[in-house]
Parts: sequence; structure tokens; C-alpha cells
Amino acid sequence: MKQDYDPTELLAYVAAGLLEDDKSVFVGTGLPMIAAMLAQRTHAPNLLIVFEAGGIGPQVPVLPISVGDSRTFYRAVAASSMHDVMSASQAGYLDYGFLGAAQIDPYGNLNTTVIGEWSAPQVRLPGSGGANDVGSLCWRTIVVMRQDRQRFVERLDFLTTPGYLDGPGARERAGLPAGSGPYRVITQLGLYGFDATSRRMTLLATHPGVTVENVQAQSGFELLVPAEVETSEPPPPEVCRILREIDPTGMVIGK
Amino acid sequence: MDVLQAGQGQLVGWHDPDEHRAWVATHKSRALKDKRTTVRQAIANYVTDGALLACGGFGHIRVSMAAIYEIVRQHKRDLTLCGKTAVHDSDILIAAGCVRRIEVAYAFGHELRGLSPASRRAVESGRCQVVAEISNAGYQWRFLAAAMGLPFIPTRVMLGTDTLAHSSARVVQDPFSGKPIALLPACYPDVVLMHVHRCDRCGNAQIDGIVIEDFELARAARRLIVTTEEIVDEEVIREQPWRTLIPYYLVDAVVAAPYGAHPALMPGHYYFDEEHIGEWLRLSKTDEGVAEYLDKYVYGVEDLAEYLELIGGQEQMEYLRQVELLQTPLRTPRPEESA
Repeated sequence: MKQDYDPTELLAYVAAGLLEDDKSVFVGTGLPMIAAMLAQRTHAPNLLIVFEAGGIGPQVPVLPISVGDSRTFYRAVAASSMHDVMSASQAGYLDYGFLGAAQIDPYGNLNTTVIGEWSAPQVRLPGSGGANDVGSLCWRTIVVMRQDRQRFVERLDFLTTPGYLDGPGARERAGLPAGSGPYRVITQLGLYGFDATSRRMTLLATHPGVTVENVQAQSGFELLVPAEVETSEPPPPEVCRILREIDPTGMVIGK
Repeated sequence: MDVLQAGQGQLVGWHDPDEHRAWVATHKSRALKDKRTTVRQAIANYVTDGALLACGGFGHIRVSMAAIYEIVRQHKRDLTLCGKTAVHDSDILIAAGCVRRIEVAYAFGHELRGLSPASRRAVESGRCQVVAEISNAGYQWRFLAAAMGLPFIPTRVMLGTDTLAHSSARVVQDPFSGKPIALLPACYPDVVLMHVHRCDRCGNAQIDGIVIEDFELARAARRLIVTTEEIVDEEVIREQPWRTLIPYYLVDAVVAAPYGAHPALMPGHYYFDEEHIGEWLRLSKTDEGVAEYLDKYVYGVEDLAEYLELIGGQEQMEYLRQVELLQTPLRTPRPEESA
């Protein structure tokens, strides 16, 4: 299908749409940053963006390369510390957490540590970083990642970051903060939520030109599919323009 | 208190709090004295083979690369590294064969730039062993417990995950709420390298911008080597004492190292040198490339001044200053060159 936007622009647009004004979001490197910056430049000017290295409430001028980049505290309300930001998250101040991942399972648990055996890795990935903290402590976790059968898996090679663990009530039984957990997953194919009863991943919307069959074919586990599945709205030209302004060198957009 | 779960990761850097107090009493001087030295002397004095090493800063932010290069130059071996968002520092140290073991919160990656070819090779082949997993908050709270002189600190991260199962944390039932809670053991690195904006000759140090976890880490360190963009008069410190993040009694060595974080970012002073980092990522795809890089930028130069000439001298640092201050756009290497 012919389209006048880049697939990462659609991802950023859908992701930004989930963030509300006057709420707080804890963002990781890459697309999460772009989505938060886009939201702040469009419908959510008072979105409180928080970075793990201590940037609090910045007006990010251009895409930071790192979550500790000076851009993460540009015109911020505070240049603070990891202890401050992580403590605020633990105390319930962070509404949204925004993460990427290498693998996800039906309960929204994430792997960013290892592909293969932990003791004899096929591919050693960076590890938790702040992901476990964000997934443990923020009220609602949003995950943005590529979807295929190797990434959407029934069983993770390593459970780095908690989603709903093995189902309803498991987070609370493990001692994680009550009422927190995965909220949405965004991929190049669709938007997903989690069933309120089973806590399993549920399709909410497919992107333009994508069918429910396509989405299921690119998942290693069975997705719940409700009777009504929406179609994502493509990013308008104005949004694409802002996105290129955010990432002028094309580090994320266009990749 | 019953232990509900014990992580199977190796416990690194832990000391009984009384043992640590006794060590502090005999090893950390309270004398307000001149601690200026050279990076060569500081590394020779305080970084011993087999030590547990941690670096201040974060990823490619405010990392004491001057001290890292010197560790490589002095062929230190069998280090255990705190992989607390250890990125360029750990990649260079692992590639150079200085590191035997690492506890990982975040390592082997360069954030947006992709994975670290050299570190991944070392870990996937067993040359460097991952001894435990942890999260970023978990690591800084291990340092907080040490800074407080406590054996552990309770937190609500890592619960229910393989990260905890492979960590050195333990889960107990909180006697107040009755809920499971993770206890993170204190971590006292044998030596910490930290790059700051300015400090006086005794080590009273200021950092501009985010402090990341350096407040806690400086206080958890047994030996603390401070490299600084600038050494200022004691009066500068005393005029604004509220700006002192690290008081002198925590510091063992003070090293003047202007531009000593290159190619990392120094907030307000200079941005990441993406071309240099790109060169490293390209060369480090092979062991031969690693050797070429180290020969050129580490073994082949006498000191920081020679290194800075090699990377483009004052002209390059002025360009990086302008990028940092958003006065000029960033030149990035083509993705195919750095990927």
C-alpha cells in the first residue's frame, strides 16, 4: 500500500497519542523519547517528561542520544539524580513508563537481557538498565517494539522486566506495587492492550493496511481478538514535519 | 525474618558495616590536604589487579575516560566491573582485556548507537563473565546502602523476575506491611573513578547538571579518584558550599584533566564525539580493530594532551562545545559506518 509516511512515524504518532497532558511519563532511549517529545509539541504541552539519570520536566530541544544527554534536562524544572527519579517512581508519581524490548510474552513481561541461555548466551543484550524499575514502579507501562514470531513469544528466554508475570494478581503476590502493570504495546502492525480478567495481550487496533490475520501470523502466541478491532489513524503531514524536526539526523525516524 | 527467595547472583563489593567503619577509620584521612597528583600515579596507587571498579557518570556522560585509558595503558587485569549503565568505559576496558567479571545493570550496548561488538564477543565467548544481574535503580540503591553504612536497603524493584533470580538480592516479608520486599545488599567498590566540572586541590568537588548516582557512589567508594575539568581555589568552594556534591574526605586523589571525558559528553562543556565513538564501534567489530584503536589512541600516546591532539585538538573540542550548547548541528557518522 502506498503511504506518505514512514513506519516509525506511525509508531511515534500512535505512541504519542497514548500520553495525556498534565501526566508524567518515564521515558527510555529511542522511540519512547520521540513519542514523548511529539506529545509535548502537540496535544500535551504540560506532559511531565522524566529521565532516569535525573532530567525532570525538560523541554527537550532535539532528540537526545542518551537518557543522560544534556538535552534531557534542557529548560527542565530540575536536574536531579537517579535516586530522586526512581524514588518518585516508587512513591507513585509516575503515571506512564515507556520502554522498548527484544522479546515480550502474552502477559507483557519483557526480555532485554539475553537470547539463549543466561550462562551461555547466543546474544548478550544490555540487561535491565532502568527497564525493570520502570516496569515495576510506574502505574502504566507502554512498550514499543518490533513484532515477529521471535519477538512475540509464549515463553521469554529471560524475564528482565515484570509485566503481569504469570497472570492476574501475580504482581501483587510478588510484592510489586498494587494496581501497576503493562498498559499498551505498540508494534509496526498494531496496538495492543491487556485483558482485564486474564491479563493476556489483546489486539486493540491494526495499522492501516494490516489485517488481523497478519497480526496473528507475526505472533508466537495466540492474541486475544475482540469483536471490534479499530484501525490506527495515520500520522498527518504536520506530525511528520514535527517528527523530522525532533530527529533531524534520522537516528530513529526513517530507520 | 524468613528469606522468601535468594538471588543466585554472586555478591560483589559487600562488607559487614562494622568492618567497613573500621576500614574507614584507618584508611580515610580527615586531613584537609593537597591531593593533586597525575592520572598515572593515581591509577598506579589505587587500582590494583582484581579490584572492584565503578565509574561515575552514566553511559557516555561525564565518564572519566582519562582514567579509563590509563588503566588500559597500565595493563591492569582481572578487574570486576560494576556495570551500572557502563557503556563506553566498560566497552574499552573489556575489549582491552582488563575485566574478568561484571555485574550488569546495563552494559554491552551504546544506547541508540547499537550493541557493543567487542564486549559482546568477550561475554559470548566467556572471556568476561557476567556474575550477577541487577537494575539501574537496584545498583544505585546498593550504593546508597553503602553510603549510609547499612548492610542492605529494601526496595520494590526486580520482584518476580529473572533479574532478581540472577541478582544478589534477597526477598523477605516486610514486617510492617506484610508484603514481600527485595533487600539489596550494600556495594562498596574498591575504587571509583569520577569526572567532575571543578574541585579544589583537596577534592571538594562540584558537578553541574544531573548528578545521576554520583552522590551515592562517591560515598560508597573505598578509594575515590576525582578527575576534573578545572582545579579551583578553595575560596570558590567556600563561597557556595551548597554546591559541593563531594566533600574532600571522600576523595583520595585529585587529577586535573581538562576534556578528560572525551569522547563522552561533559554537560555544559562538550557533547559526545559521535565520529570518534563511530570509529570505535567500527574498529571494535574485530579483535584486530580493537588492537588498532588501542595502539593509536591509548598505547601510542603518552598522556591526555597527546590524545587530544590526535582526536582533533582544540578545533574538535570547540566544535563539540558548540554542539553541546546547541549552537551548531551534530555531525553523525553514517549508520552503516557505525552499526
